[in-house]
Amino acid sequence: MNNNNVIEAQNLTKMFGDFTAVSAISFEVKKGEIFGFLGANGAGKTTAMKMLIGISKPTAGKASVAGFDVYKQAEDIKKNIGYMSQKFALYDDLTVKENIMFFGGIYGVSRKRIKEKTAILIEELGLEEVANQLVGALPLGWKQKLSFSVSLIHDPKIVFLDEPTGGVDPITRRQFWEMIYKAANQGTTVFVTTHYMDEAEYCDRVSIMVNGKIEALDTPKKLKQQFNVTNMNDVFLKLARG
Amino acid sequence: MKRFIGFIKKEFYHIFRDRRSLFILFGMPIAQIMLFGFAITNEINNVDIAILDHSKDATTEEIINKISASKYFSIHQFMDREADVETIFKKGKVKAVLNFEKDFSKKLIRDHKATIQIITDATDPNTANTISNYVNAILIQYQKDWNKDITIAYQIIPRTRMVYNPELKSVYMFVPGVMTIILMLVSAMMTSISITKEKELGTMEILLVSPIKPIQVIVGKVFPYIFLSVINAIVIVVLSIFIFKMPVQGSLFLLAMESILFIISALALGILISTISATQQTAMMISLMGLMLPVILLSGFIFPISSMPLPLQMISNIIPAKWFIIIIKGIMLKGVGLQYLWKETLILVGMTIFFIALSVKKYKIRLE
Repeated sequence: MNNNNVIEAQNLTKMFGDFTAVSAISFEVKKGEIFGFLGANGAGKTTAMKMLIGISKPTAGKASVAGFDVYKQAEDIKKNIGYMSQKFALYDDLTVKENIMFFGGIYGVSRKRIKEKTAILIEELGLEEVANQLVGALPLGWKQKLSFSVSLIHDPKIVFLDEPTGGVDPITRRQFWEMIYKAANQGTTVFVTTHYMDEAEYCDRVSIMVNGKIEALDTPKKLKQQFNVTNMNDVFLKLARG
Repeated sequence: MKRFIGFIKKEFYHIFRDRRSLFILFGMPIAQIMLFGFAITNEINNVDIAILDHSKDATTEEIINKISASKYFSIHQFMDREADVETIFKKGKVKAVLNFEKDFSKKLIRDHKATIQIITDATDPNTANTISNYVNAILIQYQKDWNKDITIAYQIIPRTRMVYNPELKSVYMFVPGVMTIILMLVSAMMTSISITKEKELGTMEILLVSPIKPIQVIVGKVFPYIFLSVINAIVIVVLSIFIFKMPVQGSLFLLAMESILFIISALALGILISTISATQQTAMMISLMGLMLPVILLSGFIFPISSMPLPLQMISNIIPAKWFIIIIKGIMLKGVGLQYLWKETLILVGMTIFFIALSVKKYKIRLE
């Protein structure tokens, strides 16, 4: 395995009965890269991602994440990745601090380290005044940012973001991407699914899935040249229409 | 282990910050036991009756006095006309009318027999039956007093003794039933709701992606409910001992162990329900319809199993609550130990193991 690759997939396939949700996809993601995983709803993005994060067993093919095999070492993968789902998934009835403590705890972060992290996190997000309030009372944008920070609490090698900016306003989306850049600069690999095409432009490289297959994979710039269009939206439309 | 403790702490935050679940956990047991203990009863007390006395002689007066002196009846009114019987029942207050025939004393002395007609309002058949039995008992007693100097050649004297509950208190029957219902409700319904809640919110997915093991998630979720159910069981037993004077003839330790066994089987059922339901509502409906109804109807709590049709009797065997009620009645009222209850205990153990195995299997399938 190439030392620079933190995710490698070869002919990764997932079937549900006769239906092929993910059909022999191959790609690799380099360390520190922001990798955009694009596709229409139902193209197989989430299924592919679930195989990589170790909660769904592939039907065929090979894959490794952070150097661990998805078949045999799912538990090791889990320790080395962060995950944020499209549903907002912190506990509304716990305070900001309690949420951070809880998730830090289940990732086995030491109590001392959690305390330090909590202080940094709350300061960075400007949540000092609401740190002891229930998360349920926060606006959605703040919750999403908090949720992202929580997924980084154990300093994972890779963070998987499943449509993280669904339903938030453009300003918050912008701030969110600043956070993603910051994480990437600190060496965390970011694997992000989205269907906002303007967000695709922010990624280092993007792959576009259509009907379970990866139909295109390159930097946004090269993809635009290849399809002879001016923005990612048109790339996507050309591909999706076939 | 540290992860696990953090998990349980979080679970208690959930429970104590949700008023609704707090009410179900602590308000409900107390409310139910009070309700069943005081309000709902199948004993009769101070039932209003009316008297239609066509004789108005010494004997009828004596009988009427005896009846009104008993704590079971109070005489609401004296009537004059037979035609009023219908109206008086329609008004609803009076549950029975005693109709003494004309020349009661005379007939009794002359013909050695006289008739009292007991008319009861049978819209509630159980009460009607009880009333007529009680009146009969008073009459028989009166007759005996009357005949006490005369010896009848052949006589069969039934001497009834009601063992284990000599006063026929209905609370003795309700306490085991209520305890069963509460433990079922708290253990099965509350856990199934709390697990499906995580599924619904999407936090279950986050937990499954984290290094915490699925089994730790489940045990962490049910553990607080084991603890709370045990507290509930203690509250119910204490209330029934001190307020309703319910005896605990047998060993408290055995009672505690059997209760924990039943709690675990109910928890396993709760986990099973959570694996087949996607939302909290579904989990609640399945728990209520699938668990509570059978517990109330088919466990022998209210309706005796022996008088059910055979198919229902057979179904009642697969309801854990039936066996648990037999066990607690045995321990509390009869004071028997494991040597008499081993069969029921074994059945409960078997069911618990079966439910746990099934829910583990289902849970694994769901993860795939």
